[in-house]
Amino acid sequence: MNKKTEQKIAFAIFRLLGLLVAGVLFWILGFIIYNGISVISWDFLTAAPAEGMTAGGIFPAIAGTLCLVAGSVTLAFPIGVMSAVYMNEYAGGSWVVRFIRVMTNNLGSIPSIVFGLFGMTLFVNTLGFGDSILAGSCTLGLLVLPLIIRTTEESLKAIPSSFRTGSLALGASKLQTIRKVVLPMAFPNIVTGLILSIGRVSGETAPILFTVAAYFLPKLPDSLFSQVMALPYHLYVIATSGTDIEASRPIAYGTALVLIAIVLSMNLLAATLRKLK
Amino acid sequence: MIQAKDINFYYGDFQALRNISMEIAAHTVTAFIGPSGCGKSTFLRLFNRMNDLIDNTRLTGECLVEGENIYRKSVQVDELRKKVGMVFQKPNPFPKSIFENVAYGLRVNGIRDKKYIARQVEESLKAAALWEEVKDKLKKSAFELSGGQQQRLCIARALAISPSILLMDEPASALDPISTSKIEELIHSLKKDYTIVIVTHNMQQAARVSDKTGFFMLGELIEYDDTKNIFLKPEKEQTQNYITGRFG
Ligand SMILES: Nc1ncnc2c1ncn2[C@@H]1O[C@H](COP(=O)(O)OP(=O)(O)OP(=O)(O)O)[C@@H](O)[C@H]1O
Ligand SMILES: [Mg+2]
Repeated sequence: MNKKTEQKIAFAIFRLLGLLVAGVLFWILGFIIYNGISVISWDFLTAAPAEGMTAGGIFPAIAGTLCLVAGSVTLAFPIGVMSAVYMNEYAGGSWVVRFIRVMTNNLGSIPSIVFGLFGMTLFVNTLGFGDSILAGSCTLGLLVLPLIIRTTEESLKAIPSSFRTGSLALGASKLQTIRKVVLPMAFPNIVTGLILSIGRVSGETAPILFTVAAYFLPKLPDSLFSQVMALPYHLYVIATSGTDIEASRPIAYGTALVLIAIVLSMNLLAATLRKLK
Repeated sequence: MIQAKDINFYYGDFQALRNISMEIAAHTVTAFIGPSGCGKSTFLRLFNRMNDLIDNTRLTGECLVEGENIYRKSVQVDELRKKVGMVFQKPNPFPKSIFENVAYGLRVNGIRDKKYIARQVEESLKAAALWEEVKDKLKKSAFELSGGQQQRLCIARALAISPSILLMDEPASALDPISTSKIEELIHSLKKDYTIVIVTHNMQQAARVSDKTGFFMLGELIEYDDTKNIFLKPEKEQTQNYITGRFG
């Protein structure tokens, strides 16, 4: 076989495999949409579950997920951005930075169920938050911290040092340089990271399992110490342990569809923002 | 204005400057020439302590600006950099409007007075020979300017905080001939108000703009004299070889 045909065959196989992956994704999406679209309606999005979760909507779970996203991101975003700024702008290549970086990477590879367990021990029990939005947000916040730190660090690295030296040469302090030149320039990419973390947080089940998620709680939370329902956990519940699993199957697909729509639209938004600049 | 005494400078173990002493008088233009890697930029960056930003460096000797040792502990680096402005090889305007670029140095130094800022921006742009070209689009992004205009904007930006010394590290090397000659004219006109030190690879440029020229090689200051002496009757053979292109 000559080189050319060999190459052709190889690339054909690669292409096929690539398409296979894309195909699987479309299959899952199509499957969820096909099964879930029939239950999607205004009522489904705005009503509470009814009749043992075999009817009604998923509004409390949507609201709960929004609360958790807001809570976790509010906690993790400032901390993540500030640590990334410290690591990239202040600390040079010192061992402290290398240590922090290795640790954040490790933090990122811990299975999310372990975060759940840790969150339950620390936030729910030791700190006494109970099963609550606060405990769940803290746990989810820890989970996305590495992602936020990494995306922020990358956006800071992408800024040529000539902008920093230019600012410093005008008598600006390091902090002024960061605030007035570096952060504004990195902002679009930092926001992209933020949106990715929102997508990540809204889809996680394990970390909220023992820290906040309620099996069935058809009312809206009234404080940070309330429990809430959440989309991923609600999906798990109606798919595995509802009162009538067969009857609630369409609702499970509807819930999955809403969840996927949220996560995918966040990812798409992030991708578009990245392309825009 | 600037006095360097017995300067030795090291990047880690590598000695980049060897025993350099030099005096630079006020209201003169001094050019640094020499082959690539001989330490011109390193020496220039000593005067506003930009070398501080590089890790693992060491300096011995004294460097005085307006009679004050700028490496004393009590010296505030940001105050020094207000006094000693710098223009870099590649234009590096901020992604802000033309106005804000020039106003930046004033704002970070705590100046709030809007009228003063506006006046200072105008004066600096005029001094940098850019005012006529940009006066109707001060709110436009600095990135919309040409490379030569951007470099003059960077000069205006440096002038706005009223330094007494202006350091220029190959300010025209990224520019076309027309922009280059504009910058050279500019250097000429700035001389009456500022002390200028310029690094250049362009012999003609050094000969055209400077009063004094220092020739560096391998971290040493080989010869430092009036520009016409350096170019017409240099004392050292190395200098002679370099300026006649017989270097190497
Ligand atoms: N940040 C740095 N770290 C380590 N060594 C450096 C650093 N900057 C410069 N050097 C070394 O110091 C020497 C002098 O460099 P410098 O940039 O001052 O030369 P230069 O005369 O300005 O050269 P050019 O004309 O190419 O700009 C070179 O050998 C260079 O490799
Ligand atoms: Mg140089």
